[in-house]
Amino acid sequence: MKPFSFSKPGSLAKLMQARKDAAQFLAGGTNLVDLMKKNIAAPGALIDISTALSDKVELTGGKLRIGAMVRNSAIATNAQVISKAPLVAKAVLAGASPQIRNMASTGGNLLQRTRCPYFYDVSTPCNKRQPGTGCSALHGENRMSAIVGYNDQCVAVHPSDLCVALAALDATVNVTNAQQKQIVIPFKDFHKLPDNSPDRDNQLPANAIITSIDIPDNPFAQHHAYVKIRDRDSYAFALISVAAALHIQGGRIADVRLASGGVAHKPGAGTKQSSS
Amino acid sequence: MNGKQSYSRRFFLKTSGALAALAAIPASVKSLYTEVRNFIVSPRQTIPLSVTINKKALKLTVDTRTTLLDLLRENLQLTGTKKGCDHGQCGACTVHLNGERVLSCLTLAATLPGKEVTTIEGLANGDQLHPMQQAFIECDGFQCGYCTPGQIMSAVACVNEGHTGSVAEIKEFMSGNLCRCGAYNGIVASIQKVAG
Repeated sequence: MKPFSFSKPGSLAKLMQARKDAAQFLAGGTNLVDLMKKNIAAPGALIDISTALSDKVELTGGKLRIGAMVRNSAIATNAQVISKAPLVAKAVLAGASPQIRNMASTGGNLLQRTRCPYFYDVSTPCNKRQPGTGCSALHGENRMSAIVGYNDQCVAVHPSDLCVALAALDATVNVTNAQQKQIVIPFKDFHKLPDNSPDRDNQLPANAIITSIDIPDNPFAQHHAYVKIRDRDSYAFALISVAAALHIQGGRIADVRLASGGVAHKPGAGTKQSSS
Repeated sequence: MNGKQSYSRRFFLKTSGALAALAAIPASVKSLYTEVRNFIVSPRQTIPLSVTINKKALKLTVDTRTTLLDLLRENLQLTGTKKGCDHGQCGACTVHLNGERVLSCLTLAATLPGKEVTTIEGLANGDQLHPMQQAFIECDGFQCGYCTPGQIMSAVACVNEGHTGSVAEIKEFMSGNLCRCGAYNGIVASIQKVAG
């Protein structure tokens, strides 16, 4: 691992001042520390954001606001999440292990990198790791790769379960950019397809930071399911997953949401929303 | 004879001159070497660290790259916590951070100030084993034993979290700890015994 400096600013303003191009924000570390061990990420400075950003779930004006530093396990056990957006709690519990869920943050879940084996194998070409080198998975070991929205530059998938539920429920991502202005990115626009820049997973502007996620008031708390098909029953990434939610009124389906996971470069690609 | 003498004199002058030049160089060469090395390989960076491990308050200085797992094993000789995959996939390195189970291989020591770490060495009360340690012995919760410290730390947390309602629930909430010997049935029995 390349040596790096370490700092832990106490406020968002100080975080943004500390952010330089060679620096990277550290939240739970469950993905970034691993990437650093494999030399896929080699920041010159780490900025620990764990005390500067919110670790609270709040109900504000009907919206459920999940702070960027809320740990995955805290989402799953939060009473407001369970009553307002139980689909989110179910999706979180379908991912990773209890130890990792105790560490991993909400913001970090969105920003985690693909688990494509070639992305992690630095001896093979990978357009996501090293733009322009080619895609080894395209004709390689790709049974867990994308089946929609891919191109010949990249067939990687986004591995998150949480994000699939957030896509189904029309969440929005609250971001503070490098100029310290707050911007809101709709969840469906946050991640991107590989296009000509598979090295970029999402539309988060350079040096910006996710501060929280909003889930709008929704009628889907009663009827929902998160189904995940994988190689073993627990602690495995999805071959495919689906977040499904129904709004049933008077015995009729008034509204339905379906979002897929584990099949595309962005979670919820092919998300269907329909109103009667 | 004559030729050989003049050659020797020239040789002497050349080599003594070169040696004198060499003697003058080292300081500048050394600093250049250090500069080039620091440019190519950045120097290690250390930070002071105050942390409580097994109820003992410690003041240390660590390389920023040190994981909690390496700090325990390499710096503090607390080798009960095991290194399995070192990439967050096996659970052998599970410890408690502020009472919650985490993976020490993915926790940077630099993030620890103000936190309390409990390892397998901190579980027993003197010679009195923790009930979970006792249950693992009585229920055959291990074979080779390598994953056992991680299994026990995870099992203690599993009981504290209240995820012991059924065998299926125990298995789901113990899925982050792999056992290649396949002692899973004994592990589940140990947890059921402690959960009562």
